[in-house]
Amino acid sequence: MAVITYREALRQALEEEMHRDKNVILLGEEVAQYNGAYKVSKGLLDEFGEERVIDTPITEEGFTGVAIGAAMAGMRPVVEWMTFNFSIQAMDQVFNNAAKMLYMSGGQFNIPIVFRGPNGPAEYLASQHSQALASIYAHFPGLKVVAPATPYDAKGLLKSAIRDDNPVVFMEAELIYAWEGDVPEEEYLIEIGKADLKKEGDDVSIITFGKPLQIVTEAADVLEKKGIHADILDLRSLRPLDEEAILKTVKKTNRAVIVDESWPVAGMASHIGWIISHKAFDFLDAPVELVTSEDVPMPYNHTLELAAQPSVDKIVQAVQKVMYIREA
Amino acid sequence: MADKLLMIALSPTMEKGTIHTWHVKEGDAFSTGDILCDVETDKTTMEYESPEDAILLKILVNEGGQASVGDPIAIFGEEGEDISPLLDEIKKEKSSKPDTNREEKEKEPASEKKTDPDIEEESPESQKTTQPEATTRIKASPLARKIAEERGLNLSQIRGSGPQNRIVKRDVENYKPQEKSAITHAPSSENSDQRIPLSEKRQIIAKRLSESKYSAPHFYLRVQVDMTRLMEARKRYHETHPDAKTSLNAWLIKLSSEALKKHPEVNSGWDTDALIRFGNVHIGLAVAQEDGLITPVVKSVEYKKIAQVDHELQGLIEKAKNNKLSPEEYTGATFTISNLGAWGIEEFTAIINPPGSAILALGAIEKKPVVINDEIIIRPMMSMTLSCDHRVIDGATGADFMKTLKAYIDDPALALT
Repeated sequence: MAVITYREALRQALEEEMHRDKNVILLGEEVAQYNGAYKVSKGLLDEFGEERVIDTPITEEGFTGVAIGAAMAGMRPVVEWMTFNFSIQAMDQVFNNAAKMLYMSGGQFNIPIVFRGPNGPAEYLASQHSQALASIYAHFPGLKVVAPATPYDAKGLLKSAIRDDNPVVFMEAELIYAWEGDVPEEEYLIEIGKADLKKEGDDVSIITFGKPLQIVTEAADVLEKKGIHADILDLRSLRPLDEEAILKTVKKTNRAVIVDESWPVAGMASHIGWIISHKAFDFLDAPVELVTSEDVPMPYNHTLELAAQPSVDKIVQAVQKVMYIREA
Repeated sequence: MADKLLMIALSPTMEKGTIHTWHVKEGDAFSTGDILCDVETDKTTMEYESPEDAILLKILVNEGGQASVGDPIAIFGEEGEDISPLLDEIKKEKSSKPDTNREEKEKEPASEKKTDPDIEEESPESQKTTQPEATTRIKASPLARKIAEERGLNLSQIRGSGPQNRIVKRDVENYKPQEKSAITHAPSSENSDQRIPLSEKRQIIAKRLSESKYSAPHFYLRVQVDMTRLMEARKRYHETHPDAKTSLNAWLIKLSSEALKKHPEVNSGWDTDALIRFGNVHIGLAVAQEDGLITPVVKSVEYKKIAQVDHELQGLIEKAKNNKLSPEEYTGATFTISNLGAWGIEEFTAIINPPGSAILALGAIEKKPVVINDEIIIRPMMSMTLSCDHRVIDGATGADFMKTLKAYIDDPALALT
């Protein structure tokens, strides 16, 4: 088993799938000659040529629409958005065309497309470039939404996303690209819609997805020292959502803390909280707690920027709250 | 964080409690498990143990004052905390609560009537759902409720350790029915005229027995039993065990439990949408007290020998006489016996003691002429009357039980078959 970075895992997935199926193309700003803004597409232009690895102008709505048209015509495009903050430009194309085309064409047009790029806050990028938009994409029926947090999950899910006949929104994160992890040499796929229990414990369920998995893991270590053993459920996919895994862990521990770097209102976390309260009501020993970003635009000031986001300390506090532990 | 100390239900039937004595003063620190005050309940005087470590910031209900279950009786927290927001909240809760106590209600001029919360028009902003429906609502997590239900525990007897005394999983799991020591106190001052104020105990006796009588359709089955062999058996047992001295009630409790084992449908309860077939035989015995009556319960009689039943019974009766029974010791009878033989009562009918569906009323043992093999013989006879809840027990079912019990008393050896 090789230890590789998250960006290399994505690159391998793209490379393998482009070899497997000539209809797979990659397009986006800087994906070709510059090897990708985050070097995910390193070497792919040389390997597959400019017909399949395409640099686009700075026109999210335009090239996203072009890619959706290409998907209708039988290609399997992978659209790289330099960041999901820019994808806001392309939302009309994604929500009104990609998500609804199969339905509105009476099943005649599949849209086998992947929209990928970094989502969520990074550092020093201020309000307009530090947004976690998972719940907005998860809101629309017709889209699949995934947010892997490890190199292993990223590779297996990207390969599945490219092979999927439906539009898949694939959320990465700027600060995640350099994270390393074990990835097998041989080919594997991860089914979209399956959560993964990253750590087992009987006391509390911490449910998360994407980049916050790292602080959740750190918080779990802090909690271990206090004698609290957490189940960590990494959702990996938001649509379809693995409700079975969510309910299984909550029924085991009787308490849930959901960590989501989006805002608290109408977010994934609140939806998951509702599912738990609705389908595991009799198993709950405490109200479900959410750890989300504060309900404010992201501050530019770094101290405030960190304070506005979920943190190890906030997660530990939330766990103690659902366990009715009062810190001395 | 300052919080309200709420009046909790210290007995399963308690709706209100009177503060008998405060053991901590305002400003005193206390720890989990410390006795904060003694509360006079409908049954007895119970100790109110502290749910946590804190400082008593303010007493809201003084000694002699009364509070409904769920009402705040004090505020606790950390030293020097500002409690004014909490006081405002309590004041607001008080004013928004429908006032059911008419005597305390100030007479309002008719023009101001519309401020009465009972008839106030609902404004769009009013969040009716956030108002507690009743002060007796017990806060418990869904899981805690489920576990308590599975274990047959009464939530009102469990102290919550969560926010606002919410009962959580650990409270139910760690709950052990504990013997509470209680302080006996002189009966309340007697009035010189003929109007005697109702004690809480008297009110509760009145309420529960009325409820039982009005809701359960009673019917009665009466038989005379010949006590000769049972009395002989008891005598022989005492001869062979000179140290032992068992009461006749213990024998009758044990024989009843044997008959109930054979007729489990009599050892059952009514629960609006289901019949409860009780898993154990818990037999209560009505015991008279100075100011009422109480039914201490011998638990799981089916697994106990007569000597053990008697030993427990004596302990319970002693406690009952001294007002020292804990709620666990006087609730949950699946069957009850009431014996007025000592008063020379020939026969009587008793009112069913829920959750059971039958109560056995025993009269005095008297020598009577009876016809045996066409001869008139004098035998010690006792009258037994079974009151049954017809919702649960049909006539023939009750009669079968009585036939079995009569046979066991006529010949106790049969109880072993």
